[in-house]
Amino acid sequence: MLNWIYEHQEYIYIVILMIFLGIEVIGRVPSVLHTPLMSGANAIHGVVIIGAIIVMGKAGSDDYLALILGFLAVILGTLNVVGGFVVTDRMLHMFKKKK
Amino acid sequence: MQNILTICYLIASVTFILGLKMLSNPASARKGNLIAAAGMAIAILGTIFLYKDEAGDNLHNYGWIFGGIIIGAIAGTLAAKKVKMTAMPEMVSLFNGMGGACAALISLSEFHHLHNITNTDFENDFHIGAGVGATPPSAFVLQLLIITAGLVIGSVSFAGSVIAWGKLNGKIKDFAFKGQHMLNLVILALVLGLSAYFITEAPVRIPVDDATSIIPFVKQSATPVFFIIFGFALLYGVFFVLPIGGADMPVVISLLNSFTGVAAACGGFLYDNKVMLTGGILVGAAGTLLTILMCKAMNRSLKNVLIGSFGGGNVATGGGQKGGGGSYKEISINDAAVTMSYARKVMIVPGYGLAVAQAQHTCHELEKVLSEKGVEVLYAIHPVAGRMPGHMNVLLAEADVSYDKLLEMEQANEEFKTTDVVLVLGANDVVNPAAKSDPSSPIYGMPILEVEEAKMVIVNKRSMKPGYAGIENQLFFQPKTSMLFGDAKAVLQQLVSEVKTL
Repeated sequence: MLNWIYEHQEYIYIVILMIFLGIEVIGRVPSVLHTPLMSGANAIHGVVIIGAIIVMGKAGSDDYLALILGFLAVILGTLNVVGGFVVTDRMLHMFKKKK
Repeated sequence: MQNILTICYLIASVTFILGLKMLSNPASARKGNLIAAAGMAIAILGTIFLYKDEAGDNLHNYGWIFGGIIIGAIAGTLAAKKVKMTAMPEMVSLFNGMGGACAALISLSEFHHLHNITNTDFENDFHIGAGVGATPPSAFVLQLLIITAGLVIGSVSFAGSVIAWGKLNGKIKDFAFKGQHMLNLVILALVLGLSAYFITEAPVRIPVDDATSIIPFVKQSATPVFFIIFGFALLYGVFFVLPIGGADMPVVISLLNSFTGVAAACGGFLYDNKVMLTGGILVGAAGTLLTILMCKAMNRSLKNVLIGSFGGGNVATGGGQKGGGGSYKEISINDAAVTMSYARKVMIVPGYGLAVAQAQHTCHELEKVLSEKGVEVLYAIHPVAGRMPGHMNVLLAEADVSYDKLLEMEQANEEFKTTDVVLVLGANDVVNPAAKSDPSSPIYGMPILEVEEAKMVIVNKRSMKPGYAGIENQLFFQPKTSMLFGDAKAVLQQLVSEVKTL
């Protein structure tokens, strides 16, 4: 166990720091921005698309199962990213200060 | 090249953090979103063109990659542009589900890959799992653990989000039966138990001839277990969300949002990819806190929402008999228009009814005609009014209502004392005084808008039916309260034309 922690300390540091950072960053959000924030966070976890691209890009060109799985993953991941950011932008557009 | 990719990922990670931070301030929110989007684009393009696998090969299948991205981008943009403001929560839920499904598919695909490699030529192929050379068995077990975790979390998030989406747009009705919580626990236990079994049983070590090296290998007989886990995880997602009431969906979506974040982070571990890891954990942590903040605004514990004490609807009668009875009085459109036109200060309390009736523009119009008559018009926004926290702000902003006319609850509660007329538009539970006065009420303790402090309250509702929490509202029976029945949009239109003629 101790050895495992030693070997993966880099990851453990990242995870712990990110947890605190995530909490700190969100902690100061006024409730009016909760919906856009949830939407924005939703778009950011669309970073999972990178995994989909890697899976897709590594699939053997005759391995149809892998190609189809990867292709679907890329489509869904892109939907998450693009849709997420566009919806958030649309919501925030409405917060523009009026003269 | 790999160095450049590392820089790309670093930039992307920073933009995610900056983006979230800027999203927390109304003035910079929009820019923050765009910055995060730019970082995401850098990370995606970097991955496509610069990524090299452990063997140093570039990615291939560019046609498939770009095809998928183009389809996804077009569909995503169209869906996001066309969706109505009132349907935003559903949309977010659906996009979240897509992310979860993506994570689950990655796990399925990686498992397929691993399984193929280890079962076709394990004799002398050392390219097992990740890394050139024999993967140490503990790392192999870890890899299977991560793949399984990504599969389970992604599937729960996907199935749950789709159910949440269906519930919010009314396609799926609340569905609860006796023993549902038991069933959920059983399914969850099955998922966890099977996963534990799979992770301990599936990897086997095969000593190679000289017995100095060991080849990790996925046991053929354990393969079906992986797919059974997948099935049960989907089932759990469905049953987990089904019994939870429609108005609790924001909390659930926020929770599922953080699930997907964790699922994305699993991908980060799997590919040793720091941007997936940071992005995923960041959202996982932020989403969890946001979930808790939302619960707090409703004065309910997360456990309560999930076990669904009034989400399930069986406690609906809790405070009911106390509130029943009493008589209420109605007010005519004309009288309401006159009272508001001659008031000094009018406070509008929007709620779910306004969103359903799509009356935000008409509401803004009423605000304008009243302001022209010298009436000070403000909006009092309860944090959980509508279907999502902040829902009302988004709606009213769509109708061009100025941001500084929207008062948050604490501010509004101070203003009510000096307010002449409060106009409640389709809000109910958030103005129910029982939350302060009746300890037996299911919403007791929830912070509310204290509209009864104002001189007069006009409540627009479609009928006397109780609101989401299923409890009577004493406010409606108070002498200073008048009811104005009808659809929020129709009533507002009539009010506008009445006020204009005065």
